[in-house]
Amino acid sequence: MSIDALNEPAFDRHAIIQNVRRRAWVTVAAPFAILLYLIYTWFAFDVADLLSRAQPERAAILATDSVAYKIHVTKLLRRDIMEVAIEGERRASYDAANMPDWVKVDGTDAFVDLGKGYEVQITGKVMEFSVPDYGVLKVTATSNGVQTELPPGPVPDWISDKPKKFNARPTLDRRVQVTRTKIEVHNYFGGWENFWFPFHSELYGMPFSQLWALALSNDRIDPSQSNMSLIMHEFLENPDWQHGEIFNALFETIMMAVLGTLTAAFFGLPLAFLAARNFTPSRLLRFGTRRLFDFLRGIDMLIWSLIFIRAFGLGPLTGALAIAFTDTGSLGKLFSEALENIDNRQVEGVRATGASQIQRYRFGVIPQILPVFVSQVLYYLESNTRSATVIGALGAGGIGLMLVETMKTSRDWENTSYIIILTIVVVIAMDQASGWLRRRLIEGK
Amino acid sequence: MAVAALEQEILSLRKRRQLYSLIGLLLVVAVLASGYSKSNEMNSGGFLQGLSKFFDYPGEIVVEAWEAGPAFFGLIVRFMPAMLETLNIAGVATLLGGAMAVILAMASTRNVDSWGPLIPVVRRMMDIMRAFPELIIALFLIFVLGSSPVPAMIAVAFHTAGALGKLFSEVNENIDRKPIEGLSACGASWLQRIRYAVMPQVAPNYLSYFLLRLEINVRASAILGFVGAGGIGQELRRTIGWGKGAGDETAAIFVLLFLTIMLIDQLSSYLRGKLVGASRAH
Repeated sequence: MSIDALNEPAFDRHAIIQNVRRRAWVTVAAPFAILLYLIYTWFAFDVADLLSRAQPERAAILATDSVAYKIHVTKLLRRDIMEVAIEGERRASYDAANMPDWVKVDGTDAFVDLGKGYEVQITGKVMEFSVPDYGVLKVTATSNGVQTELPPGPVPDWISDKPKKFNARPTLDRRVQVTRTKIEVHNYFGGWENFWFPFHSELYGMPFSQLWALALSNDRIDPSQSNMSLIMHEFLENPDWQHGEIFNALFETIMMAVLGTLTAAFFGLPLAFLAARNFTPSRLLRFGTRRLFDFLRGIDMLIWSLIFIRAFGLGPLTGALAIAFTDTGSLGKLFSEALENIDNRQVEGVRATGASQIQRYRFGVIPQILPVFVSQVLYYLESNTRSATVIGALGAGGIGLMLVETMKTSRDWENTSYIIILTIVVVIAMDQASGWLRRRLIEGK
Repeated sequence: MAVAALEQEILSLRKRRQLYSLIGLLLVVAVLASGYSKSNEMNSGGFLQGLSKFFDYPGEIVVEAWEAGPAFFGLIVRFMPAMLETLNIAGVATLLGGAMAVILAMASTRNVDSWGPLIPVVRRMMDIMRAFPELIIALFLIFVLGSSPVPAMIAVAFHTAGALGKLFSEVNENIDRKPIEGLSACGASWLQRIRYAVMPQVAPNYLSYFLLRLEINVRASAILGFVGAGGIGQELRRTIGWGKGAGDETAAIFVLLFLTIMLIDQLSSYLRGKLVGASRAH
């Protein structure tokens, strides 16, 4: 063969050039199409309008409020009394003997030192708020609203002076409000208040070492129960944080995920045999089982949850069944694909030893699909922990519902952030646990 | 002699293994049984009462849909824009999340010469992104931005970036390094190596995972709509909240959702089959 013959192309030049042209065209067209789609959705979602309506200050409030708490100094004008309480809660009010040192109560009048030169004097129905670099704001509550005397000059934007309500927040952590019926001063502090025990509990503010000693000692604070159970009780029943209820809700959510996934695996496996070509000769049976899987998956968790909530009400059973129904479809499909891909030689080897049908399944088939089975079930368990929070929010209960409800009331953001942190911790823990199990069971270490 | 001892050992090992499997199986059964009885207690409506009512609600809406007659198809058409919105949420979220995931994957795999110190950082970041339930981000953003599809889109995209990032980096780990070495031998920069040596190898697998994720995200965006993010979920919340009287609308939404999910599901599994076939043929 001559060299020249080697130079002759042994392929169709025309086809190759066409192929290259097509590829070049796709390379240009695909990003362009994506860009067009994004532009279309920009208008479909009305992003410009959304940005103009967004309230970033809400995020700031949420951020400060979730890491800080405030102490209210409130004068109720109708009843003529002065109250100092954490978050204005009656059950967390200071008694006259133990006032915080920045409040000086004199009968029904008070002097509040907010630090850095910010001072409030409440006398009768008059509040005088002195602000450094600005002056003194004098606000009087009258029978039909409020009357204000501000220093001369333009009114700064941290003052909202309406006929019915006066509100001033010169810094993020200092605020005063005056209405017809009350004068209120808020002083903000960092941290989560009353996190461990209720304000009026004997255990409030006790250091950990002392608690530990108390739990082990035999001198009971409450004669009817041991110190250990008193500590647990006071902690779990804390009315501001509801630890007990939150833990219960978390437990419900985990239960939904675990029960739902295990049930789905339990029903999915036998059904998968019915849907696999090499195990079920009947075409009709196979077709029926596969359509059943499609149906269960297609209905989707959303619809299943809504139907089950109607039938079974609030609780983990509802969520577990919704997950079980959807995932019987998904896992069944996955398992049947795994079954169709098994190596038939192992089954034949077992058959050659004279094994019965059940023995062939047990020693020829199960060992082959067990890794797929275990790893898929664990993957689904992981993702179902997250799904269970969403199903909860649809109304099935658990931590999801609790989260939606605390967000709706939008009063105490620290409770919301507490729930969020716990949820994420649980999801990550489930993730790690299933990863660990998968490594142990499949890789053998 | 030695053989007999070995046999003895193998037998005892096998016995122990069988014992472990038995214990594991019993544990699973115990968890199932106790879990169901416990959750039956915790539920506001019991299992047996619920079972009798199970078909009531679906029956109710089917009857109402039947009574609506041909107008039922009109209802399905009426809800199509809402369904399209849900699809758009999923589409944009998958696109943006997928793009983010490619960057994350390229930054977190030793096999494609990512910058060493960055690898563990990006990996932990992806773990956190995956762990965040979409619900939490969506609710937070709805609070700040107001009710709109965008919060759901961002929430889903965030989760997608983490989930796809992990899968993509697993794909990266299994590629052939020879093209990379060939390119670096002729002095190609890192970006050029990624573009000409890595991308052609991983593209079919990436696309296949991308399609799978799109399918999951359509379901997720429908659910997020129910907590106030727009789309078909929000319509569903409205019709279900009405109680009696909107059963035909609810049925129309159920049917539309079912058909769409089935369609996306079939389409994506068909396309994935083609992609995997194409990459195997090479």
